[in-house]
Amino acid sequence: MELPVTAPPTPTGGCSAQGCGSSERQQAGLPDDIRRRVQDHPCYSEEAHHHFARMHAAVAPACNIQCHYCNRKYDCANESRPGVVSEVLTPEQAVRKTLVVAAAIPQMSVLGIAGPGDPLANPERVFATFRDLAAKAPDIKLCVSTNGLALPEHVDELARHNIEHVTITINCVDPDIGAQIYPWIFWQHRRVFGREAAAILIEQQQKGLEMLVARGILVKVNSVLIPGVNDRHLRDVSRIVKAKGAFLHNVMPLISAPEHGTFYGLSGQRGPTPAELQAVQDDCEGNMNMMRHCRQCRADAVGLLGEDRGAEFTREKIDAMLIDEEFTRAALARRVEMRQRIDAERQARAQERSAQATGKAGGIVSPCGTATPASSQHVITLHRPARSCVVAPPPGRPVRMAVAAKGGRVAVHFGHAREFLVYEASADGARLIGHRQTDLYCSGDDSCGDAASVLSRTIAALAGCEVVLCAKIGFEPWSKLEAAGITPNGEHALEDAAAAVMAVWHEMLAAGRLAASADDTRRSA
Amino acid sequence: MALAIVDSCVNCWACLPVCPNQAIQAAAPPDLPHFSIDAMACSECLGDYARPQCAEICPVEGAIVDELGDALNPPGSLLGLSPAQWQDVQQRCVQQGNPQQDTTQRANTSAARGETP
Repeated sequence: MELPVTAPPTPTGGCSAQGCGSSERQQAGLPDDIRRRVQDHPCYSEEAHHHFARMHAAVAPACNIQCHYCNRKYDCANESRPGVVSEVLTPEQAVRKTLVVAAAIPQMSVLGIAGPGDPLANPERVFATFRDLAAKAPDIKLCVSTNGLALPEHVDELARHNIEHVTITINCVDPDIGAQIYPWIFWQHRRVFGREAAAILIEQQQKGLEMLVARGILVKVNSVLIPGVNDRHLRDVSRIVKAKGAFLHNVMPLISAPEHGTFYGLSGQRGPTPAELQAVQDDCEGNMNMMRHCRQCRADAVGLLGEDRGAEFTREKIDAMLIDEEFTRAALARRVEMRQRIDAERQARAQERSAQATGKAGGIVSPCGTATPASSQHVITLHRPARSCVVAPPPGRPVRMAVAAKGGRVAVHFGHAREFLVYEASADGARLIGHRQTDLYCSGDDSCGDAASVLSRTIAALAGCEVVLCAKIGFEPWSKLEAAGITPNGEHALEDAAAAVMAVWHEMLAAGRLAASADDTRRSA
Repeated sequence: MALAIVDSCVNCWACLPVCPNQAIQAAAPPDLPHFSIDAMACSECLGDYARPQCAEICPVEGAIVDELGDALNPPGSLLGLSPAQWQDVQQRCVQQGNPQQDTTQRANTSAARGETP
């Protein structure tokens, strides 16, 4: 079966057509059954991640390969990065924990198994968890993230368990590059090294991808961007996995520091800057849907993306709870009610956005000079104007803005923001292009710095943004931001983030601050 | 004859599911701080596989030894890290939570060995 999943074809290049993750615009172009499957999965739909929560159950400790960005001692409580957990769970413990979390957080829609090792190197533990949970909480979607080595032999079992989403980490399609990422694999009862290992791994990943797509399972491909190793290669990866039917590509930055004890960390391999990451994501975007809202969460993360609530659900607490039929039934009812509320909220939000768009200048002015009603905005974004069509003056250059957001709204005090969503606003609308963390990684001095250095780090993290939107902001950060060339804006508190970003963009346009630079004109022509 | 797991084991679980004899026990701190092999059950995979499976999948150099105490994966054989670098990793794991001291100590130990960091 061929999976008709992607948005309409677009010309190559860093076109904004495809948004991030699968945005609202994109989802509008998806077949119904695919839309149904992504609309409440926070990792597959950018819009869903504002509303729905997920949890990762750390039932899969063993791994069958070694990656240079991974240290197999994985129990640091202070770090947030893939492969790190505080405690490995048995399948029984995992199911109990999932039921407790899904009762306490009714937004929970997905249980993923992502490690800390490779799920398919622990098939019994993983499938026992899925079997039991499917019986007790049938509304929770199940999802798996794998390195792909053991994928072909488990595809049929994944399909039997109604797994609708599988993530494969594919860092390369060239064994020579793979040999610089994977020192060895465990394959057919022996350790295989170097290029030979990488060739086997790549072959299994690609075969697994094809088999999943043939069974109608949605596949997200994760790639770790490793500067100097696979940065120029990921475009090929993107093109190939798209051709094979992958739904979404998520290019993530390498997380590398000596204290992580990884090969890359100890050998000085650096991660990419936000600008380098974005350049590669933009480069791949001509090929396929890119995910921009990934938070690279831990293998035991709990809650909405970007706000881990794992610490609330300790083993003692869970062990002390009575989990009977009544408990699971009541929890299910709360989740159903929550989904109805989220549906209503999403509809209200969509109206808010379209009202915002029509309220400004009677709609969006396309490069062809004709006003387009906001309801058909996506038409503009999905079809780039032909070269000869650009006759009207440029409608204003794109502007990058950071938002201290919660639940997709401008809802966080500047000083309390642990992360900022970064949008690019242009005549085509607001496009999420990434997020910037302010204190996520365990990197030594971050946790104990004084307020001034925290503020300067935050400002450094916002490099490239011209405006920062937040619910409130103090006097000191206000002046420091201005001094750094970033305009603080607290006038859109509690508004929808994308709508607020567009409102600010239109204000800037009206004030004549968005005359396109020569560079922008060239790019858009 | 039997293999053994020594205290550089990082409790990663990789060996447990691949043992054909179910000879491997998971760690259960504080009594069993790391994974261990039941010497009575271990056959070193003779008759099942050409090579001992735990040692084939173990990611930690030196963590699995034979009856003479010799490492099946000697230092430098797996990760491409030098023994000194690997010792660093081990120390860092122990000292996690105090990066400042950790960095200082690393510099000191490297200097003591006459290496450049």
